[in-house]
Amino acid sequence: MFVSYKWLEEYIDLTDVTPEELAEKITRSGIEVEGVEVPAEGIKNVVIGHVVSCEKHPEADKLNICQVDVGEDENVQIICGAPNVAEGQKVAVAKVGAVLPGNFKIKKAKLRGEASHGMICSLQELGVEAKLVEKKYAEGIFNFPQNAEVGADALEALMLDDAILELGLTPNRADAMSMIGVAYETGAILDRPVKLPDLSYDTVSEKAEDAIKVSVEATEENPIYLAKVVKDVKVGESPQWLKNRLVAAGIRPHNNVVDITNYILIEYGQPLHAFDLDQIKTGQIVVRLAKQGEKIKTLDEAERTLSDNHLVITNGEEPMAIAGVMGGYDSEVTDQTVNVVIESAYFAPSSVRQTSKEIGLRSEASSRFEKGVDPKRAALAAERAAQLMSLYADGKVLSGTSAAEHMDIKEKVISISLEKINRVTGTDLSEADVLDIFRRLQIEAEAKDGIITVSAPTRRGDLEIEEDLIEEVARLYGYDNIPMTLPVHETNPGGLSPRQQKRRLIRQTMEGAGLVQAVTYSLTNQQKVTEFALEVKTPVELMMPMSEERSQLRQSIIPQLLESVSYNSARQKDSSAFYETGSVFLSEGGELPNEEEHLAGALTGLWQLHPWQGEKKPVDFYVAKGILDTLWEKLGVTEDIRYEAAKMDQLHPGRTAAVIYKGQPIGIVGQVHPVKAKELDLKETYVFEIKLEAIYQEESAPLKYNAIPRYPSISRDIALVTDRDVAAGTIESVIKQAGGTLLKQVQLFDLYQGDKMEEGKKSLAFSLTYMDPERTLTDEEVVKAHTKVLEAVKQETGAELRS
Amino acid sequence: MEQRLQELKQEALEKVQHAADLKELNDVRVAYLGKKGPITEVLKGMGKLSAEERPKMGALANEVRDQITGAIEEKQIGLEKEAVEKQLAEESIDVTLPGRPVPAGHAHPLTTVIEEIEDLFISMGYTVEEGPEVEKDYYNFEALNLPKGHPARDMQDSFYITEDVLLRTHTSPVQARTMERHAGKGPVKIICPGKVYRRDNDDATHSHQFMQIEGLVVDENIRMSDLKGTLNVFAKKMFGEDREIRLRPSFFPFTEPSVEMDISCKICGGKGCSVCKGTGWIEILGAGMVHPNVLRMAGFDPEKYTGFAFGMGPERIAMLKYGIDDIRHFYTNDDRFLKQFARKEIR
Repeated sequence: MFVSYKWLEEYIDLTDVTPEELAEKITRSGIEVEGVEVPAEGIKNVVIGHVVSCEKHPEADKLNICQVDVGEDENVQIICGAPNVAEGQKVAVAKVGAVLPGNFKIKKAKLRGEASHGMICSLQELGVEAKLVEKKYAEGIFNFPQNAEVGADALEALMLDDAILELGLTPNRADAMSMIGVAYETGAILDRPVKLPDLSYDTVSEKAEDAIKVSVEATEENPIYLAKVVKDVKVGESPQWLKNRLVAAGIRPHNNVVDITNYILIEYGQPLHAFDLDQIKTGQIVVRLAKQGEKIKTLDEAERTLSDNHLVITNGEEPMAIAGVMGGYDSEVTDQTVNVVIESAYFAPSSVRQTSKEIGLRSEASSRFEKGVDPKRAALAAERAAQLMSLYADGKVLSGTSAAEHMDIKEKVISISLEKINRVTGTDLSEADVLDIFRRLQIEAEAKDGIITVSAPTRRGDLEIEEDLIEEVARLYGYDNIPMTLPVHETNPGGLSPRQQKRRLIRQTMEGAGLVQAVTYSLTNQQKVTEFALEVKTPVELMMPMSEERSQLRQSIIPQLLESVSYNSARQKDSSAFYETGSVFLSEGGELPNEEEHLAGALTGLWQLHPWQGEKKPVDFYVAKGILDTLWEKLGVTEDIRYEAAKMDQLHPGRTAAVIYKGQPIGIVGQVHPVKAKELDLKETYVFEIKLEAIYQEESAPLKYNAIPRYPSISRDIALVTDRDVAAGTIESVIKQAGGTLLKQVQLFDLYQGDKMEEGKKSLAFSLTYMDPERTLTDEEVVKAHTKVLEAVKQETGAELRS
Repeated sequence: MEQRLQELKQEALEKVQHAADLKELNDVRVAYLGKKGPITEVLKGMGKLSAEERPKMGALANEVRDQITGAIEEKQIGLEKEAVEKQLAEESIDVTLPGRPVPAGHAHPLTTVIEEIEDLFISMGYTVEEGPEVEKDYYNFEALNLPKGHPARDMQDSFYITEDVLLRTHTSPVQARTMERHAGKGPVKIICPGKVYRRDNDDATHSHQFMQIEGLVVDENIRMSDLKGTLNVFAKKMFGEDREIRLRPSFFPFTEPSVEMDISCKICGGKGCSVCKGTGWIEILGAGMVHPNVLRMAGFDPEKYTGFAFGMGPERIAMLKYGIDDIRHFYTNDDRFLKQFARKEIR
């Protein structure tokens, strides 16, 4: 909503309050003022001139030589190229020395040999937006009315020296979608009275009811319908002040009849519609719901098809307007119109909202109706329209109003205790303080025994419950004046849940291990949605995606991380190590999908690089696995984790492991399949993805100290020869099992499968540590245990001691 | 004999003096002081001496021996020192060569901001609550006083999955769920961080996916002044002790009264600059007193309980704190962006 400071002054005294101060005050106490703009800022020295003579330039067809009276001793000669310039016009003249928007300075000039001392301006040249310039002057210079005073400041005459406040209205403040509404708000803030327009005018004896009959069939959708009739209007230009105000409000002037309805729309917030009475051949207006499939050609010359829940204004036969949304083309007021019917109505907000949405048409009118206009204003606005038509369109107003009213307009009475106001806000206001605030708001209120009773005026439809009154009191008392306290109550200690603590531990471990946290999008495309997924489900799809690329909810984080890896490698960053924790979305047929939290990682390029000492370690499977192993250590679940060779479509078939936690698969780690990597423009890349739920569910084991052993341990190294396809992990677990309680640690320290080995064989070297915390082990005991280990290994895996 | 001893002393001392290294020095020791050395040899002739001369010669021999031993020890210390110095000189390195990098990762800047906020509110007795990102329309809208057809739903164009299920447009449904779980009994004192989604085209200031953190306190006697005090603590901890806050009236369907909180602009100190668009204030978050309909729907008696709620965008906070100009940076994971947040800002 654009609010003209000068226009606002008509309703309220703004002495000693600059536009900027006003903006700040309004912002602080109710409505955010998003900007204050003075259209004429940076423009100067433009006056009203009278074109005394206008002749064709002898050397140029399109130029005219004008002698212009600018209120000085001598006329000035100005060369003007506007097609509509003519002798006798009152025009805006930028004199020599004037400055126009864009810091355009007017200097003496010679055009094709003729001197030019200034410029006759169009409105656009004075900074008025093209869409606000009335059509008549859109292609040329602007003409002032003939009574304009020569030599006067043209910017002032066009009200461009005004300040425009742009209000950012929240949906609850529909009351401020009008100048009078803003005046009430300003009055409350400044504690100054509001002066409403005088509505007196003359009428003729003919009655409106006789000229047009009004009836409403859909009374729920249209509780109030009023029609005023004005005859013998002269359609023409509006007075300058009215045009100026419309432009300030962001509306293009049209003709006096249309301009008056628009003016009242802004002044009262009441949308009006003007029909050409002579086009309503039936002599009646019937408001009803449209017939399914009924058609109407609207003002914008588009044909619209209606449904049976859309409200229409008809002549008893055909629709003439879509109620509250847009008028029809056939009954529109034109330059030939003589007799006018002015509609002022109250349409139900939900009806207008639905119609406007379904037809896909929003207008100044519909946006007000759908938020709810003041039902009392329908009558006031109708009177105001009749008055202005009689004053500025020479119309004869018929007496009375042709009306169909089916609404009992009542003010809502709300009561609240003073105690509650103070309790909720944390203030210490008295009854008098609160009553004074409502007096400033021009809202009736009385206090009795600590209870404040308020009659909410119909213009403030947003006041419905006690809390709305608390807000009125608090905002006008001033949020700055509310003290700052902290809640005083019994409370529980704050903290993170075990799940949240584990998540932070995972994050710290990943970062400690060298991975950078990424955050990617949850929405992906149809192809990626199931790739790398630990479990493939029917994708969860958006009903109306913005693009195919972001249309389905991810089932794995890996594709998104790979996108980040390839984004970086395309920017000369060959090594990346990312991790992310986040949700994947698995539909299980319930109303909501199952949201599983996963941890994923993606690594490519070099893991370590220290060039001058010749160290260069590329990422490989064991780097990725080692990171996970560190995580299991931190989480204390190492004993419950094992890895098994596994396969997944997008992963290298020989370099992928399933991660098993307590016997259940919870994730994978492996190399991105070279074919897939090529498709994504990736070098050798390793990924992992882990479902965290099972680990989150498991209670963390208590941390308990074990006494440091007082007796030495004994180490034995063994090299075992085995078939290549026997997994080291299998041998290791056989060793652990056979070693019994004395065997404390098993560490693989060498793998050899070079040419000194028999074909198809490999050598694995383990270091075994034996210890008894209670005493020093004898050699015999160790030999006994060790022999058992070797026998078990041979028996279960076929591995033998290397000779 | 005496002369012979003096000669030997002289000889030995000279050789000690000239010993080039520890080995040579040891050779000297063995040669002169050893059991087969010349001094021992000389002393073998002691038997021929008179009883008077014998102790004298013995004393002299001991003196010579001591002098040679002393000289050797002294020389040895010198040579050892020399050897260490030589070794150290040989071992010296160029300390300006680069060190071996240790792989070190770091958090995403949004995580850093979120955890800082979480920790601040945890210190004030809040717990952290979470909820689903795919949410029922009921919790996302209806339970928050936004019935179907409410005009404010226009403000939040959403990604629907079915008529009744959508990607949550804010983390407020977590508040609704948590209150419902409390079954009408206070206190509720929570903070809810998480991802949210809106039907926006991605550009420098919009993202279809972003983060939000909301806070909620419901109990008996929770006042608007408590909201103001809490936000003041937050603003000062998050943006600096010298920042001021102001509350402005606003509108949210789930709070009444509703406010927006601004903080004083750090760049211009409140005088007005391009960052604060000349106003001296920067908008940070929305807040308000929990709407009685919201309390009622979650099973709380609005006559007994009151509460406040606030919600903010970690992206916006990070952008303001660090001067980031494009919201899309948070989701492309460009290393040149992320690595700038490897270091921790300690205040």
